[in-house]
Amino acid sequence: MPHIDLPKEYPGIRSLFVFRPETAAPLNALVQTLLHNPHPSLSPGERELIATYVSSLNNCKYCSTVHGAIAKHHLLNGDVVQQVKTNPETAPISNKLKALLKIAWQVQLSGKEVSSSHVEAARKEGATDIEIHDTVLIAAAFSMFNRYVDGLATWAPDDPEVYDRMGKQRAEEGYLTPPFKIQPQSTE
Amino acid sequence: MPHIPLDENLPGITGILNYRLDTALPIRQLTHLLLRGESTLTKGERELIATVVSHGNECKFCTAAHTVAADVLLGEKETAELVKNDLSNAPVSSKMKTLLTIAKAVQVSGKNVTSEMISKAKNEGATDLEIHDTVLISALFSLYNRLVDGLASVTPTDSAFYERLARILADKGYLQSENRYAGLKG
Repeated sequence: MPHIDLPKEYPGIRSLFVFRPETAAPLNALVQTLLHNPHPSLSPGERELIATYVSSLNNCKYCSTVHGAIAKHHLLNGDVVQQVKTNPETAPISNKLKALLKIAWQVQLSGKEVSSSHVEAARKEGATDIEIHDTVLIAAAFSMFNRYVDGLATWAPDDPEVYDRMGKQRAEEGYLTPPFKIQPQSTE
Repeated sequence: MPHIPLDENLPGITGILNYRLDTALPIRQLTHLLLRGESTLTKGERELIATVVSHGNECKFCTAAHTVAADVLLGEKETAELVKNDLSNAPVSSKMKTLLTIAKAVQVSGKNVTSEMISKAKNEGATDLEIHDTVLISALFSLYNRLVDGLASVTPTDSAFYERLARILADKGYLQSENRYAGLKG
């Protein structure tokens, strides 16, 4: 049960967005800019993989499942999402993205864990300044989102179909359109 | 040395936020709303939440900046110091102690917030909105601390720098403005 009185027909962060629309606006603007809007070199699918991976490391069920579904709809490949969650080193992704995911992992632990050698390794694979900045910011942002979602004990659906629908909607529409309502689970 | 080229006149978070303005904008808006917007918690109390979280993450730049910002807003230095190092004896309300306990749990993991912590806060009169904002401020500084240290931005050692920065945070809040950091140079 959530720690505060939240609208039951919206799960995860969506219930918090309805609870406090004033803070929802900049939070949605941040993910829209960081993950969905055009980027000089990282595709939306690649950026969603970073968000998914960090959320998975934080064991945030709602965030890792919904961003995994968004990544799947961008990349048209659900298998790569599962592999990144399990072990990015052996996933069928570029060496550059592997190096960036390693930086994201360090940021998830603590900003201080990012060393010059992590950054050098990414640069060797062709990573640019903006890619390094954005990787650190995506990992830092999901360190925030995961804590927000779990710290208030929002409910997370179990049905994979629900996440697939949410993932399709966000991949197609971005983050600024209204969410659809979901029947709350009686077991929650 | 920072991991990416940042304006050397803008240490800590300031140069990072100037590096990419379109992502900085919503972060600034969120911070201003949470720390300076309308609230039943004072601005000083909200800076204390930012301070304990930054302290928990051992982010030197953020801890120094928000400690001094809290000092300026509270008009004394004792409270921020005790909140960081000896919360049970800090001169804050019982309600603030329960909220700061929640903030410290969120700093480690959202999953560390227990129903018992929430009940204690509600028993001390904390509202849903206060609990919400406490969790979100703590989560937001989990972002800031990682951004500042994850990009290895410069941490000034001169305490006068933080006095100047805190004056800007107290007087202007967190939104970008023309010549915002004009007073930052010593």
